[in-house]
Amino acid sequence: MSQELVLGIYVFIMAIFVGFEVISRVPSVLHTPLMSGTNAIHGIVVLGAFLVAGSADTPLLNALGFIAVVFGAANVFGGFVVTDRMLEMFKKREAPPAEKKNA
Amino acid sequence: MLDVRASVIAVSYIVAAVLFIFGLKQLSSPGTARAGNRTAAIGMALALAATLLDRQIVSFWTIAIGTLIGAIVGIYFGRTVQMTAMPQMVALFNGMGGGTAALVSVAEFLRLSRIGDPIGVGEATSIVLGTAIGAISFTGSIIAFGKLQEILPGKPLQFPLQRLVNALILFAVIALGVMVVMSGGTVTLWALFAAALLLGAMFVLPIGGGDMPVVISILNSLTGLAAALTGFVLHNQMLVVAGVLVGASGTLLTLLMSTAMNRSVGNVLFGAFGATSSEAGASASTVGHTVRQTTPEDTAIALAYARSVVIVPGYGLAVAEAQHTVRELATDLEKRGVDVKYAIHPVAGRMPGHMNVLLAEANVPYDQLLEMDQVNGQFPQTDVVLVVGANDVVNPAARDDPSSPIYGMPILDVDRARNIIVLKRSMGHGFAGIDNALFYHEKTRMLFGDARQSLTQVGQALKSA
Repeated sequence: MSQELVLGIYVFIMAIFVGFEVISRVPSVLHTPLMSGTNAIHGIVVLGAFLVAGSADTPLLNALGFIAVVFGAANVFGGFVVTDRMLEMFKKREAPPAEKKNA
Repeated sequence: MLDVRASVIAVSYIVAAVLFIFGLKQLSSPGTARAGNRTAAIGMALALAATLLDRQIVSFWTIAIGTLIGAIVGIYFGRTVQMTAMPQMVALFNGMGGGTAALVSVAEFLRLSRIGDPIGVGEATSIVLGTAIGAISFTGSIIAFGKLQEILPGKPLQFPLQRLVNALILFAVIALGVMVVMSGGTVTLWALFAAALLLGAMFVLPIGGGDMPVVISILNSLTGLAAALTGFVLHNQMLVVAGVLVGASGTLLTLLMSTAMNRSVGNVLFGAFGATSSEAGASASTVGHTVRQTTPEDTAIALAYARSVVIVPGYGLAVAEAQHTVRELATDLEKRGVDVKYAIHPVAGRMPGHMNVLLAEANVPYDQLLEMDQVNGQFPQTDVVLVVGANDVVNPAARDDPSSPIYGMPILDVDRARNIIVLKRSMGHGFAGIDNALFYHEKTRMLFGDARQSLTQVGQALKSA
């Protein structure tokens, strides 16, 4: 096993714990936006598509890379925009009661 | 030692990973959620910009044009989609991500095979898993989208020997995967890709529309995992970290959601719920009882002269896009001095929190939305409960009938209110596919029709009441 693979497995395992820990308490009203937000974050895979498309040297690889970039970019941009729209509405209705509760 | 360029990339990736973690943390609490989404977006922008510095990238045209098209499509649909169609939009974007992961894995395998580099077992395994999981997530999400968009029937689709067929496809995927790891071969990898695409579709088809939130959440974490695997393929730690973060938090979210619905994940995936339970659910409690229909005019009178009204929105409200109509009706009632509240079941609608989003869009004041635990004690003092397109979440069988397939699911105790008016398209079943004794209750009146039309008629009748 290469040193790099071992390191990668370490990172993998640590990230599992962080991922579990960081959202351990989330109210059910936020389940949908949180799913949508994590959906946008895994759009990071477009980064892999960049690397493939940018180094493609055959028509087939170019085509695969291109489709992958389009899909991945749609995932990233669409994901963040949809999540923002969902959360915008939460903010609207969150504002008035915040004042009331403080009073 | 890393050169300057590589160092800039490495540092950017570390900062981006921290931003993702902070973003997720902020996303899980209501006050900071919107900022959290933006934090994550900044992390994403940083990671993507840094990647462009990579020496491996020699041509930018494909990237530029592809990103432009993807961004236009994503932003256009993200901005214009109806609030009611959010869940299927998330499914669709998730499928895109899964497709990307699969294509990246396949492309890297083709590249390595072509230049004749020996592919190590670790790398080959990552490629196989990335291809298979990404492809499953891709077609699975497309099917989930089709079900939610009602292009495909929401009911579980079943055929004879389905489990056997699915098991065979799964076996084929595993066998092809092992073959690729052992002896390579681009044809074998393409076959694996095709088999995994088929498996994704076949595994979501038999799952009912009501379970789609859980399914999308599972597919979401699968895409995260697939992204992490491409990280191993491309030797890119950023992909590993971000992908696993989503995989792990998505798994936890899946568990939280299925707990809220009192279903186990295994039951959702392999239960084929609707088909088997419809006979069992038609228990003795509903036999021999009659349904009492009412008219919009009578409903208006009942509401106008009530002291307190609780509105229970459900999936029917989302389908009819009746959130604005229901709020107008509520405002008119309040002008008459009626106390109006909304009772929100945690899994009402198609996704947890779906109703909150819809009602917030219609500017329903936050303090009128009551969660299940707050409102359940108030039902005995409530004059009229108006159930708008909700079914399973108000089914008393979940509380009283141990033989019911939804027994144990927490429900809104609307049957304890003084009067109940149910707006419904027909006597059809809810997602669980079972009968609801509430509709036959002597205190219950049914108002059949599209929720928005019915509410509009009630609103008009109210003006003359």
